[in-house]
Amino acid sequence: MDAREFQFVFAGFCAAWIIVVIYAITLTFRNRRLRKELDRVKKMLEKR
Amino acid sequence: MKWGLSSSKETMRDKILYILAIVGLGLVSWTLYKVWFVLPKQANVAAYQILYFHVPAAFTAFTGFFTALVMSGLYLKTGSLKYDALAAGVTEVAVVFASINLVTGMIWARYAWGIWWTWDARLTSMLTCWLIYAGYLILRRAIDEPTQRAKLSAFLSIFGCVDVAFVYKSIEWFRTQHPSPVLSVRSGGGMGPGMEAPIYWNWLGLACIGVVLIVIRMRQEEVAREIDSLRRMAHAY
Repeated sequence: MDAREFQFVFAGFCAAWIIVVIYAITLTFRNRRLRKELDRVKKMLEKR
Repeated sequence: MKWGLSSSKETMRDKILYILAIVGLGLVSWTLYKVWFVLPKQANVAAYQILYFHVPAAFTAFTGFFTALVMSGLYLKTGSLKYDALAAGVTEVAVVFASINLVTGMIWARYAWGIWWTWDARLTSMLTCWLIYAGYLILRRAIDEPTQRAKLSAFLSIFGCVDVAFVYKSIEWFRTQHPSPVLSVRSGGGMGPGMEAPIYWNWLGLACIGVVLIVIRMRQEEVAREIDSLRRMAHAY
């Protein structure tokens, strides 16, 4: 495999993993936001 | 994540998730090792190693879209929002794998053909498929009423699956720039002996990772529904 071919193969593998990692990070942030929201709504109900 | 389920059930679920994630990552790492160090060079295909992500990502996405179709059908039949949540979770993860398929395909095309993109039947139908399911996810955000959202999403999911079938068959129906089938299950036979198996192992690995992501996504749907019902309760007071 020449250097140029290696660059493209490496870029392909990296792109695949970057997409998965970005999605996993998105899930983590969404998780955190939902948990906060759930706590907030529960507290609001408790106050009533 | 400690929502809804009893703690022992939750712990069991978490253990299974960890095991699936480890199996998935293990299989993908093993395939990478095979592709780089064990398999002989496929001289007739440029940068063929990319195919070991490109093809399994498409298989995983299509499996997801098909599962979403079944779940959408079940929702329309039973009216249970559980199936709608599952369809939404599966579709979102399938779109991630469809994105991997498109991006790795473009990188391969740049090396092999000298261009990033061409409007041939396979590429265009796959992009259309991605847009339909991305539209599905946008539609879900746009509608607040759960039953209406679920019904419209189910119809779109069923419509989208027609395009999935078209994407799959397009390289047989049209003479495209995209290579014709290479896998022996599709009467391709374009790969050397032992070259095909890692594609299926990688598919299994990616599917395991996909299942983990779907379960996490499903839990989020459950929590979002819980928040919705608590809000309604708060407004009812």
